[in-house]
Parts: sequence; structure tokens; C-alpha cells
Amino acid sequence: MRILEGEGVKKYFGGLAAVAHVDFYINQGEIVGLIGPNGAGKTTLFNLISGSLAPTSGIIRFKDENITGLKPHQICKRGMARTFQLVKLFGEMTVLENTLLGFLFGTGTVVSNSKAKRESLELLEFVGLSAMKKVLGKELTIANQKRLEVARALATKPELLLLDEVMAGLNPTEIAQGTELIRKIRDKGITIFMIEHVMKAIMDISDRIIVLHYGEKIAEGTPEEIAENRAVIEVYLGT
Amino acid sequence: MDSVGRTIPKRFLSLVLLFLALILFAAAPRYASPYHIIQLTSIFMYIVLTVSWAVFSGPTQYMSLASAAFFGIGIYISAILGKVLFLPVVIGLGGLISFLLALLVGLSSLRLRGMYFTIFTFGLSELIRHFVLWWEVNETGTVGRWVVGVNPKVVYYVMLIIVLMTLAAAYIIKRSKFGLALRSIGESEEAADHIGINVNAVKIITFAISTFFMGAAGAIMATRWTYIDPSIAFNPLFSFMPVLMAIFGGIGHIYGQILGAAVLTLLADVLLTKFPYYYMLLYGIILVSVIVFLPQGVIGLEGKVKGLWKGELAK
Repeated sequence: MRILEGEGVKKYFGGLAAVAHVDFYINQGEIVGLIGPNGAGKTTLFNLISGSLAPTSGIIRFKDENITGLKPHQICKRGMARTFQLVKLFGEMTVLENTLLGFLFGTGTVVSNSKAKRESLELLEFVGLSAMKKVLGKELTIANQKRLEVARALATKPELLLLDEVMAGLNPTEIAQGTELIRKIRDKGITIFMIEHVMKAIMDISDRIIVLHYGEKIAEGTPEEIAENRAVIEVYLGT
Repeated sequence: MDSVGRTIPKRFLSLVLLFLALILFAAAPRYASPYHIIQLTSIFMYIVLTVSWAVFSGPTQYMSLASAAFFGIGIYISAILGKVLFLPVVIGLGGLISFLLALLVGLSSLRLRGMYFTIFTFGLSELIRHFVLWWEVNETGTVGRWVVGVNPKVVYYVMLIIVLMTLAAAYIIKRSKFGLALRSIGESEEAADHIGINVNAVKIITFAISTFFMGAAGAIMATRWTYIDPSIAFNPLFSFMPVLMAIFGGIGHIYGQILGAAVLTLLADVLLTKFPYYYMLLYGIILVSVIVFLPQGVIGLEGKVKGLWKGELAK
């Protein structure tokens, strides 16, 4: 079943097509990678899906509902969450408060404070941050900040999680741990759509990969197919 | 989110203190001189303005300079309707009309951020002042008006009740999930939006609630001043003072805001009477020193003293 679907999605900034007529879909339970050189329009596509930006034209459907033009908080309550390329944590709040907010506002139902707290503690256990629940967000290491941002997104109980370069800036051990966490999240039944530059991570973990270049989709397929795709090799290595 | 062992006695202690203060203030008109009652009323007025300003502007970091607009509206409501309606109704209307105007302002301005928002609110305040002046000159033909006077003790008690309502509202908002949401908006609006917080609704409603108390305070203060005109009612000082007082006392805590309002009001009184020639100079020096040496406000002293006590410097 298709959980997310885009038809002819376009976004112009002035005369520049950041995303030019892209069709895509994500099946329920998949991990789909989104790759492409810098400036290919990956983050813009995420912004269109999550509601940060409205597309110039095209339709985005989430769980068979047209969500084009909805605001981020409305889309979040329908079951989609995201992280940001540059971490946007609430640095002056504790780790626990960060996830509490997700439970209190993002699930689309009314949650009592005590329940939100209980679920937050469970969630922090799940991502491995329970020892740091009282630490301020800004005091965490980069790897843990990224972990917390994922936790905060998970707190909104998403069915689809958009991850924008969660592995960027991490060392090999942290990347391995990050990959592990993403698998664990998928095993909970959450569909994942992720942008990543760390090729090893994305090739290991994805069921399917979409390649963008200058705002256009130039390839789509399993990691093996993508690794052998001529257009992709040309884009990445030059001719 | 401290450990249970520490917070319960602390909360209990502040409840006891609050209760004692309440009895003291409720009994004050029996013992204190009329001068002190009027002075206390001024302090209460500034506490209302400062705490209600900080309810919205503190956590969100949207610095509003429109307090004078909402305070002044309360004053004018009182001047216009004071002759025909009961005092509680007038005060309620002062708050309500401020609230409604703030909703409109919020809808049109909260897309502005940072300095632009500040300038917008300041401009709004001035616009209303000039509009009322224009209206008086062209429509009613007289600038300024008399307000039905009320016994200073009644003014005092009404102001005390408004203080309590303001503090209760500020405390409830701060402790609720909306308090947390307001702080998240101050840190990253985009992230707040993406975890399901209806950022604009939270901002506009909180802003409007905070102005209710400013309008109510204006409505009762007008009865003490007996004569008002646009330059008294919409004096920009009523926009600037709450900001100064909150920063002076400590913007992050309600008791810091109360302390700032009380200390600065008293300070202005003392300096003005004891040093009439150097009043502004001394006032300025004290403000600058506090901001330079205690960036967290006067309540930052607590941390510094504790730090020294433990033989280490507080951060």
C-alpha cells in the first residue's frame, strides 16, 4: 500500500526549478533513500512533503488524503514527522521536555501530562538517551542531538518519518549505531524516507533509492540497480 | 523537574509566603498611610503590566512594545463608560476590548518576527494614540476628559485582585503544556510547527490573554488619575517600563518580574524625592549596572551568592 505519493510535484524559486515535476511514491513499511548531489532539491522536496513550503504545482497524498497546502502542524498530526538537516532542537530545554512536547502536541489526540511523561521515558530508553533526560538539549554531543531530534519526531507517533541527513557529521561508530536505530524504528512499523550523503549507510539500509539531480528524478530502484545505473554514475563521478 | 524531595518543600514554602503576603496586603489599608497605599497601587499596576507582558514576550522572545496601547484602551474605556456603568463591568470591558484588539493585532502581525515585530507593536501603540487624539479634536472637540473618581482604597483592592488574577494566569500558563509550547516557539518556530504545535494560534491567544490584564489595570488606574488625555493614557513609558522591569528583575521567573516591578517603582519614587536633580542619572546608572553585572536580573544574585557560598563561582 502506498503511504505517500507525489504527482508532478514542482517548486520554483523565482525562475529556478528547485524541484521540477517529480513523481514518487513510498510503500508502507519501506525504507526509501533519497540521494543526489548538493543542490539537487532533496531538502526542498522534504519541505514540500512536510508542509514547510507549498508546491508551485502538483499533488502530494499521504494515506490517500491530499495534503498539499496543509500546514506542518496539521500534517504532523496526521502521522508524519521529520528531522532537519541542521538540527533544530530546543536547546534550552531538557531532553525530556523535548520529547514531552512531541507527545503533548503532535499525536493528534489529547494526551495527559503523566501519560506523556511515561511514554517519553520509554521512548528515551528506546533511543538510548534515558541517562540524559535532565540534560539540556544544547549540552548533548552532535550524535546525541541527532538522536534526540529523531526521538522528538517519534514522540508525535508518526507512521512516516522523514530523516534529513541524520548521519552527517557522525563518525563510523556513530553511523553504525544510527543505522541500527533506523532499522529498529522500521521494525516498529514506521515507514522511513531518508536523505543521506553517507553512501555506505544508505546502500546498506534502503529497500529502494530515488536519485534527484537538478530537481529531476533521474533514477529509482534497489541499491544494486542504483549502483550500476549509468546516469547516476555520470552525475556522481562525471563523464 | 527537580527531584520530588526538593520541590515539595519549596512549593509549600512559596505558598505559605504568598498567603502571608496576601493577608498583609489585604490588611494594609487599615494601617498604612494613604501615601503608601497609593505607592502600593502603583507597584501593583507595574506588576500587572510586567508579568502580563512577560507571559507572552518572555518565553517566545517576541518583544512587544504595545503594552501602552492596551493599557491606554482600558483607561479610555473607563473614561467613556465610567459614568454609565458599574465599576466591575467597566474593568471587565477594559480587559475584554484589549483582548479583542490584541486578537486582531495578532492576526495581522505575528507573521513578523524579531525587530520587525517590535517596531510594528510600537508603531501600533503610537497609531492608536494619534488616532484617539485626532478623534477627540475632530469629533468631540475637546482633548482629554474627566474620569469618575473612586476611593483610593477601592482602587487599591481592585488592583490587588487584578494582580492576583494576573499571577494566577501567568503561573497556570507557565506550568501548562502551553508554557512549554511558548518556550519551544522562542527557540525554533519551524521545529515547533513540525511537532504539531499550531504556532500562530498559540502565539495569538497567549498574546491576547496577556493584554486582558493590561486593559483591566488601565480601567481601574484611570479612576485614580481623574483626568486623562491621549498622551497620559498611551504614554510610551507604559510600553518600555514593563520590559525594563522584567529584564531588571529576571525575565525567566515570575518572582523576578514581580521583584523588578516593585524595586524599580520604589527606586523611582525614592530617587525622585531624595535626589530630584540627579534622579535620571542615578536611575540610569543603576539600570546599566544591573544589566552589565547581573545579566539574569536581580534574581541572578541568588545564584551568585549560592556559588560563593559553596566556594565556587556560579556560571
